[in-house]
Amino acid sequence: MSFSLTTLEIEALTLSLRVATWSVLVSLVPGAAIAWLLARRSFVGKGLLDALVHLPLVLPPVAVGYVLLLTLGKQGLIGGWLDRFFGFTLAFTWQGAALASGVMAFPLLVRSLRLSFEAIDRRIETAARTLGAGPFDVFRNVTLPLALPGLLTGVVLAFTRSLGEFGATIAFAASIPGETQTLSLALYAAMQSPGNEDAAFRLMCLSFVVAYIALIGSEACARRIDRWIGSRA
Amino acid sequence: MDWQPSMSRSRLAVDIQHEVPGFALAAAFNADPGITVLFGPSGAGKTMLVDVLAGLVSPQRGRIAIGDNVLFDADRGINLPPERRRVGYVFQDARLLPHMTVESNLRFGWRRQPPERRSIEFSQVVKLLGLEGLIDRRTRDLSGGEKQRVALGRAMLTSPRVLLMDEPLASLDHARRHEILPFIERLRDEFEIPIVYVTHSIDELVRLAATVVLLDRGRLVAAGNLEELMRRLDLAAYTGGADAGAVLMATIVRHDERFELTYIAFHGGELAVPRLGLDVGRSFRVRIHARDVALATFRPVGLSTLNVIPGKITAIVGTERAPQVDILLDVGVPLWARITRKSAVDLRLTVGAPVYALIKSIAFDSDR
Repeated sequence: MSFSLTTLEIEALTLSLRVATWSVLVSLVPGAAIAWLLARRSFVGKGLLDALVHLPLVLPPVAVGYVLLLTLGKQGLIGGWLDRFFGFTLAFTWQGAALASGVMAFPLLVRSLRLSFEAIDRRIETAARTLGAGPFDVFRNVTLPLALPGLLTGVVLAFTRSLGEFGATIAFAASIPGETQTLSLALYAAMQSPGNEDAAFRLMCLSFVVAYIALIGSEACARRIDRWIGSRA
Repeated sequence: MDWQPSMSRSRLAVDIQHEVPGFALAAAFNADPGITVLFGPSGAGKTMLVDVLAGLVSPQRGRIAIGDNVLFDADRGINLPPERRRVGYVFQDARLLPHMTVESNLRFGWRRQPPERRSIEFSQVVKLLGLEGLIDRRTRDLSGGEKQRVALGRAMLTSPRVLLMDEPLASLDHARRHEILPFIERLRDEFEIPIVYVTHSIDELVRLAATVVLLDRGRLVAAGNLEELMRRLDLAAYTGGADAGAVLMATIVRHDERFELTYIAFHGGELAVPRLGLDVGRSFRVRIHARDVALATFRPVGLSTLNVIPGKITAIVGTERAPQVDILLDVGVPLWARITRKSAVDLRLTVGAPVYALIKSIAFDSDR
């Protein structure tokens, strides 16, 4: 059995990392905004928004992918519009794969950010206001730094969830080698084709290594943040 | 009160009404540079009132201004947010920013003021509050007293026009309180701004207050000069009456080198006290506890007590069942004496009767 990776497998790995990174990066700002809204504000339809954000956690991923295809596909309402005016297609592209896995990972990011926003002592934010900091200044320099542990947890969860995403991606972006075939899709493809057991085994090992590095890296980061903030014992 | 231009320019003028379910707050008072104590039992609305001043709570009606500068005016629709009021706030719990060092905490508000508004120097505050050794420390490693000193410095470094302090000593033990009090007095002496100080401690009231605003259940009961309020019998339920003792202003008259004594004058007489390290002419506040005053119906002779002052009985306060009664005297200023009910009966003490007050000891609340 050969342990050296083929070009196709290396492509699957870099594509996976690119897709997962972009899915997290794109989710960050809306995720933080929605988490903050859910943690701090009461408004009409808050329950609906909360449920909507959490839907991908409970829906079959394939169903989410199909919904994305219906709305953002070339024939879809938004997708058709994007195609017509910008010549931009999401379906069956790596950007589409990033979007699909981003949607699936979104609730995890929002959840952990929301929890850490809720855990912040709001009296400290009030004190910052009396020291001359406006609401956005307080968010940027007090709330966000204090929510950093939660942000980190959310990012790691979302990143690893994106790496492993399968159902929504295959429905929305298909499994095109070199374009949308991420690690898990490549692994599945290798398992399906006879005589490819070696490739399947290597891809499985690769998935392990990537996930493990992400976890260890985040733990090291968390410890540094803890030393810095000292919010946890 | 005399109208003084310099004072009215920095005077805090408050007249507000605010209602929340089950509670109504209405207060009107002025605070000039120096310490104005908001005093009253818990639930009086003191903290709500300072939150209103800081802009953390918006009242329904009224006006708040510092000099000509309007912070809040319900009729004109003016309501400056907290960050634009330039009002420093020291909370009961220091509320330091946990992710920053002491220096970053101190500079947080300082950096947010435009340079031309920074009337207070960083080094000046650090020196005044003795923070030199704490600058690089993490806030969580500080003791309660150190945290509160940093909170004081942080608030002052915003160059505030008014400083609010909400029971800044309440979460500290006795020793720490006495560690912080001199710093508060230094801030008062160094910076010419109104300080609104919330407390329910009579000791802090007597030590710090120039002016008192007395609150109870959201209502302003009385406002005015501390000595005047302390002598009012109708306010004894709030100010402690005889329990608190008499509060008076005294001036150093002369020192007696031979016997190591200092003579101090108050409105009504002179007292001899163990030698004080203050210059002749200096004024300060003294407190005479009721239990340190004994009474005689004639001028006693052959007595070791140096301070014997003639006066008249103004009031006798006490129940039939208690072993002691409190006698309010007029010796030029009001003075409380706590004696046994038996003595009061034996001496046939009545309101209006002339007596001699024998003062055994005098407490000096302030370090001045």
